[in-house]
Amino acid sequence: MAIPSVTTSLKKYKGKWKEPEVKHLLKRTQFGARKEDIDHFASQSLRRTIHQLLYTEEPVPAPPVNNYNDDKYTDEEIQPGATWITATKVSGMNSGRRRNSFKAWWLGCMINQQRTLREKMVLFWHNHFATETNTVDNPTFIYKHNILLRQYALGNFKAMVRAVTVDAAMLKYLNGNANTKKAPDENYGRELQELFTVGKGPGSHYTEADVKAAARVLTGFRIENKSLPDVHGIFDAGRHDERDKQFSAFYNNQVIKGRKGKEGEGELDEMLDLIFQQDEVSRFICRKLYRFFVYHQIDEATEKTVIEPLAHIFRENNYEIKPVLEKLFSSRHFYDLGNRGGIIKSPVDFAVGLCREYDIVFPGDDSFADQYGLWGNIQITASQMQQNIGDPPNVAGWPAWYQEPLYDKSWISSDTLPKRTAFTDRMLNNGFARNGKKILIDPVQYAKLLSAPGDPNKLIDELASLLYAVELPVEEKQYMKTGILLQGLQGMASDHYWTDAWAKLQENPADAANAKNVTNKLKSLLKYMMSLPQYQLM
Amino acid sequence: MKRRKFLRDTITGVVLPSFLHGISLKALAGTPAVHAKHAVLNDDRVLVLIQLAGGNDGINTVIPFDQYSAYTAARPNIFLPQEKVLKLNGFDATAFNPALANMQQLFNEGKLGVVQAVSYPKPNFSHFRATDIWMTGSDSDKVVSSGWAGRFLHDVFPQFPDNFPNEAMPDPLAIQVGSVVSTVLQGPLFTMGMAISNPAGFYKLVEGKVNVNANSRWGEQLDYIELMSQKTDQYATVIKNAAQKVPTQSPAYPAAGKNPLADQLKIVARLIAGGLKTKVYLVSTGSFDTHAKQTETDTTTGTHAKLLQRVSEAIGAFMSDLQFLQIDNRVMGMTFSEFGRRIKSNASGGTDHGAAAPVFYFGNSIKAGIIGSNPVIPSTVTVNDNVPMQYDFRSLYTSVLQNWFNMPASEVQEILMGNFATVPIV
Repeated sequence: MAIPSVTTSLKKYKGKWKEPEVKHLLKRTQFGARKEDIDHFASQSLRRTIHQLLYTEEPVPAPPVNNYNDDKYTDEEIQPGATWITATKVSGMNSGRRRNSFKAWWLGCMINQQRTLREKMVLFWHNHFATETNTVDNPTFIYKHNILLRQYALGNFKAMVRAVTVDAAMLKYLNGNANTKKAPDENYGRELQELFTVGKGPGSHYTEADVKAAARVLTGFRIENKSLPDVHGIFDAGRHDERDKQFSAFYNNQVIKGRKGKEGEGELDEMLDLIFQQDEVSRFICRKLYRFFVYHQIDEATEKTVIEPLAHIFRENNYEIKPVLEKLFSSRHFYDLGNRGGIIKSPVDFAVGLCREYDIVFPGDDSFADQYGLWGNIQITASQMQQNIGDPPNVAGWPAWYQEPLYDKSWISSDTLPKRTAFTDRMLNNGFARNGKKILIDPVQYAKLLSAPGDPNKLIDELASLLYAVELPVEEKQYMKTGILLQGLQGMASDHYWTDAWAKLQENPADAANAKNVTNKLKSLLKYMMSLPQYQLM
Repeated sequence: MKRRKFLRDTITGVVLPSFLHGISLKALAGTPAVHAKHAVLNDDRVLVLIQLAGGNDGINTVIPFDQYSAYTAARPNIFLPQEKVLKLNGFDATAFNPALANMQQLFNEGKLGVVQAVSYPKPNFSHFRATDIWMTGSDSDKVVSSGWAGRFLHDVFPQFPDNFPNEAMPDPLAIQVGSVVSTVLQGPLFTMGMAISNPAGFYKLVEGKVNVNANSRWGEQLDYIELMSQKTDQYATVIKNAAQKVPTQSPAYPAAGKNPLADQLKIVARLIAGGLKTKVYLVSTGSFDTHAKQTETDTTTGTHAKLLQRVSEAIGAFMSDLQFLQIDNRVMGMTFSEFGRRIKSNASGGTDHGAAAPVFYFGNSIKAGIIGSNPVIPSTVTVNDNVPMQYDFRSLYTSVLQNWFNMPASEVQEILMGNFATVPIV
């Protein structure tokens, strides 16, 4: 298949800054673009918008709580509603329950995200430094790992790699904890290069000897205080291989001199310096950012005019992430019409984006059990569509972000596509309910956000511009109007039937037949709109 | 003899491929359907509903020829000339609009009938509300969520959609062409039908084509999703297979795109002939809301004439095709519109929302003719005069369910939420 090329460069974007541009930016950098957020940023400049997305200081979200007592298990240590991250007792009975609590909580962080890039980047880094809760198992490790991703989400990539390398969850997941001078385990040493830094693109030529050398550098790191809340990675000199480590020509045949005792820990920093001297690190990460935020295919022109200059900025800024993203999100290339709508929504984008775009209200902290339960429903929905946060398929992350040739097309299959539509239908019918608390779309309330919901043409135009990243054919909009809103009535003269029904609902909400009529039509309209292939794009 | 009885009596191991168009009776006999409680599962009868959205002007459609002077007085600006209206064999008192040539022919051949002045007590004049009433089969003052055909299908297939499609019912229970699934097909809990939302989409499916958007980044992604959605629709394959069994249809249809209703009915005929066991089809055509200028100065031309011509031509072509495809005994069709229009025309050369109106029904197996009498046109007509009801629309539904689909009367009463007398249409 020929790859459609977009040839604009990273030069500063100086075109219009209106709703369509803001929407494009927000759909890519948030989970769904809420109307309120679009309006907020459309009234500011591009520069200020990006500044707010990238530089707003945010507190760490309140930690996950015990929502999991049930008829089979009561946590004696942690009270219901209290956080379990301070727990000292981890058992077969509470580990799975806390992992579920963690996933629901994380989903809640996405739902409640602020006007910043942080939560999207947490998902990006989770896909990049992929770990699986099924393997890590210990919920405290898992939580701390997630907090680490959040802490470095928009920070320094090199520092992040160091922190991840000695993070308890990663030490467990890729066997760093079992990597000793007597029995070196190459797992992390390999993935550090293949998946986390230099990658396996055409410019990466690390060797098997480099994998072995890296594994030996990393000997000695292990998990301390395994079952306690302050669990962390430490360097245990007694397990460290103190001999010299020879790297290949790819790394300029450098040797990391073996160090003794506590000094051995410094070999890690020396090795990261060595790895980060390779320009390929910056290219690899910039390609990955491009695939996540712009488009899956990178042709020669894109490599030259986008990836290479971004990689240069990344290196010039000592691997700080923000300058790279700032450049990308301020560029002509990013706002090029050819790049809009070119990404297929991930399940998390699809499910969380729906909840946010329709302003679906979840129960508050005082109803934490229902709140977590309903967050969990959305998390499980995304999982059924093949994106189970916390448990990517393997250490490479989700195929949508690396697997040629399908990339994000792999989200769409004969199994997942009907599930996506079943979900949108469900959110318009009964939604999800717990103890009388419901999450579902209120179509009338949503329509009221629009400028002229009583005008069927404007209603459809505005809905289409909010829900879709691409233009709909005029005939399709016409069909929606006559086929759905007007039930077959055609021509300009018929529009007032919808206008009247809408007005009547505002004047007399108690008229049950009319309310039902208007609500059902809006439901049908939204169901239809979300069942179109265009709704899968962002 | 009732078809169902004939089937029962002759079913044992006999293969009559021409009778069931490729589905051997042996195969049918092997399915649980034969042992099901409903005869409707066993026969191959189909109902095609044609919605005339907007409220069709009944008086200028079926003209009360016996009251010509009162008619011209009530409608001085839009009445149809006496010498132009179409005569009906054996029914001198009534005539058709000149645009209904194909339907006149069908009437005279005994393949089309009219039920006069169909409505319900306390008629509603809002398009949306009246449409809901016709679709749900509710009383005027009750709000019901499910559709009458949806409840019928739910009664026959109470398990749907769990484990559907299955061997006994591999096909959609109902298909709507040209719109999203309407209230007519809404069951108590689930939508009982599927929609082929536009005819172009149908031909893309049958030919395995998608839109060619591939020259843009979003376009190539969209093409992929469209292709995948064709592949994954649980009924897409059966529809495609059925359509592919019917390579040729009658040449009677107008060219594609000229008559949207004919385009829809052409698909319906193809799917029926292709062997789908689907019981109910729904098609629709709009713009009947003729408040202003419904005719030109020559009242045989203009908006309303075009709309009627469209309906007549489409039904005519459809009937020819049913014969061509040898499925003409299996199909019955019926029109409906949310209301008729006022007896008196208005000053802008149109008619306002009214009450009762005629319903057309057609097919090889129906009892043709005119049921009921012409509406009485008052000699001094006012804007408040409406055509009074002669038949409740649910009587027609009752007749279809009881006499076409052979549903037991008690269940029909449940489905229609009341006891309505049958009308001898079939």
